[in-house]
Amino acid sequence: MNDSGFIVALAFLAQTVRISVPYALAAVGGTMSERGGVINIALEGILLLGALGYTMGAYYAGDPWIGLVTAAAVGVGAAAVHAVVTVVFKADQITSSLGINLAAVGLTRFILKSVFGSSSNSARVAGLPEWSLGGLGSLPGLGTLFGNPLVWLAVGLVVLAHVVLFKTPFGLRLRSVGEHPEAAATLGLSVPRLRTMGVLLSGALAGLGGAWLAADQRSFTDGMSGGRGYIALAAMIVGKWSPLGAAAACLLFGFCEALQIRLQGRGVPNEFLQMLPYVVTMIVLAGVIGRARPPAAVGTPYDAEEK
Amino acid sequence: MKRPTGAALLQALGPVAAVALALIVGAGFIAAVGKDPLTIYAKMAAGVFGNPYGIGQVLFRATPLMFTGLAVALGFRAGLFNIGAEGQLVVGAFAAGVVGAALGNWPAPLLFPVTLLAGMGAAALWALPPALLKAKLGAHEVINTIMMNFIALALVQYLGHFAFEHATVHTAPIGEGAKIARFEAFFPVFQGSPLNLSLVLALAVAALMGWLLWRTRFGYELRAVGLSPSAAEYAGIAVPRTWIVALCLSGAIAGLVGANFVQGYKGYFESGFSAGVGFLGIAVALLGRNHPLGIVIAAVFFAALSYGGFVINTEVPKELVEILQAIVILFAITLHVILERVLRRRA
Repeated sequence: MNDSGFIVALAFLAQTVRISVPYALAAVGGTMSERGGVINIALEGILLLGALGYTMGAYYAGDPWIGLVTAAAVGVGAAAVHAVVTVVFKADQITSSLGINLAAVGLTRFILKSVFGSSSNSARVAGLPEWSLGGLGSLPGLGTLFGNPLVWLAVGLVVLAHVVLFKTPFGLRLRSVGEHPEAAATLGLSVPRLRTMGVLLSGALAGLGGAWLAADQRSFTDGMSGGRGYIALAAMIVGKWSPLGAAAACLLFGFCEALQIRLQGRGVPNEFLQMLPYVVTMIVLAGVIGRARPPAAVGTPYDAEEK
Repeated sequence: MKRPTGAALLQALGPVAAVALALIVGAGFIAAVGKDPLTIYAKMAAGVFGNPYGIGQVLFRATPLMFTGLAVALGFRAGLFNIGAEGQLVVGAFAAGVVGAALGNWPAPLLFPVTLLAGMGAAALWALPPALLKAKLGAHEVINTIMMNFIALALVQYLGHFAFEHATVHTAPIGEGAKIARFEAFFPVFQGSPLNLSLVLALAVAALMGWLLWRTRFGYELRAVGLSPSAAEYAGIAVPRTWIVALCLSGAIAGLVGANFVQGYKGYFESGFSAGVGFLGIAVALLGRNHPLGIVIAAVFFAALSYGGFVINTEVPKELVEILQAIVILFAITLHVILERVLRRRA
């Protein structure tokens, strides 16, 4: 491989990581929610709301960092609705998620039209500043990757989530209310509080995933989550409900997508690459490549009065 | 098992209260853009139900929602959550479009049922993998039906390279014999409305489903499986087989959405035509309490909202109705749980 070929390969790698960032943030979010026993199919809607949150924050405050905060806050807000409906009132988790996804589509369009007077896109907003990192940021091929603060934030959050989930008392408790809430309750743990924490964490993470989309494009466009929340859900399953596993699955899916972009217009039918993440997920779920076992109590409301 | 009528009434109250609460929240959104909520709601109601064209539009939009609502409800009755209606109906409509065009010169008595069955069959087939995975391996149908939605979109996009007319995203026109007549052919009052006899088909499917669920042995078994798979198995019911048949039937009903669009409206399959009616079907089933009659009513209500959005669009963004629909869903499931709890306490 000559020099330019090497740089092309590096650029391809960088693209793979860039595509994977929003997937990973949302997938790790989904993992935190489901580990606590609450299904969160609302990742798609939260990504979309997070993207608008970033745009509004960056637009009104003129500061991309404020945008990042508002994106996470909006994500937490949407997740709070999910938590109230499913944890406090114990209503169906899947339906609540779908309701939030529908609300996100309507709400973002409504705000887009009311604030920016457009049905398709917002005004341009600032992206996040590029870090130079003493030369790392100007590396050929990889520079845009290393220079992006959100990439580092995402990597940090994935690792942190993994450590929290598997190495801290909070993580153990969260997993216990997702596996066996009755037993957790007997030990004096508050099932509703822990489950709510899991859901809110998923909102913050997916909200940041949405911020990446808007920051990367420097604007909000209608429907810009584009099904990424569902890919994240798939990655969570393929990653077997572990943050590092989910992130690895996101890289795999990101690789497929980068390949698609690379092969576009070269006579290779893209559609089969497009299907790949979904097919892989079904195969994994079927137990063909190692069994993927969801948290035992996921999807089941916990009702202390009934026990 | 029969509850006292007071309880039944209280339960029917849930969806009604959910709608009322949603309208109140919606009023906040209308006020936020500086309009008067009552004026807007009145304008919406007048535009939707005040003239035959509006009513035709509502019923035309209600037809696919009836199909997907019934499809999802049939799954629910068997204890299955079919989030895959969207993918199933896309595959079904595509098959109907391709078959209706390929055999276009066949006589109507042959072409019509073949096209209809192609749509239903392809959609049922699309529900089969998740059904088999659930029945044989216990893999959760929710994730698998979602995955199948995306695979469906990619597959139709791929097949479109061969099936779509040059430089378009639609198939060749289907034969005249495959078409479903419009209401305007019989009732001049619906002149210019896309409303077609698919509506009658949807009502027939609703009636048929009621008969199947409550008047046949299979329907009894299906409901038993839905209430408790383990109890049903203990009673000698073949649970896996019931799941497979139920999910495929659910898919077949969703496939009829293609009948409304391809055979009753456009006369060809067009990429992206469905705009989420598969997902909205879940809301319709929920609001209609998985009962055929309730679903018909809920479908008309959701259709009225969606057409109402267009009526007020010059004053308030029409997306208001998507927000309203979402809020109805969230309130409906929450109130459902609360009412159930109240009823249990009284019992």
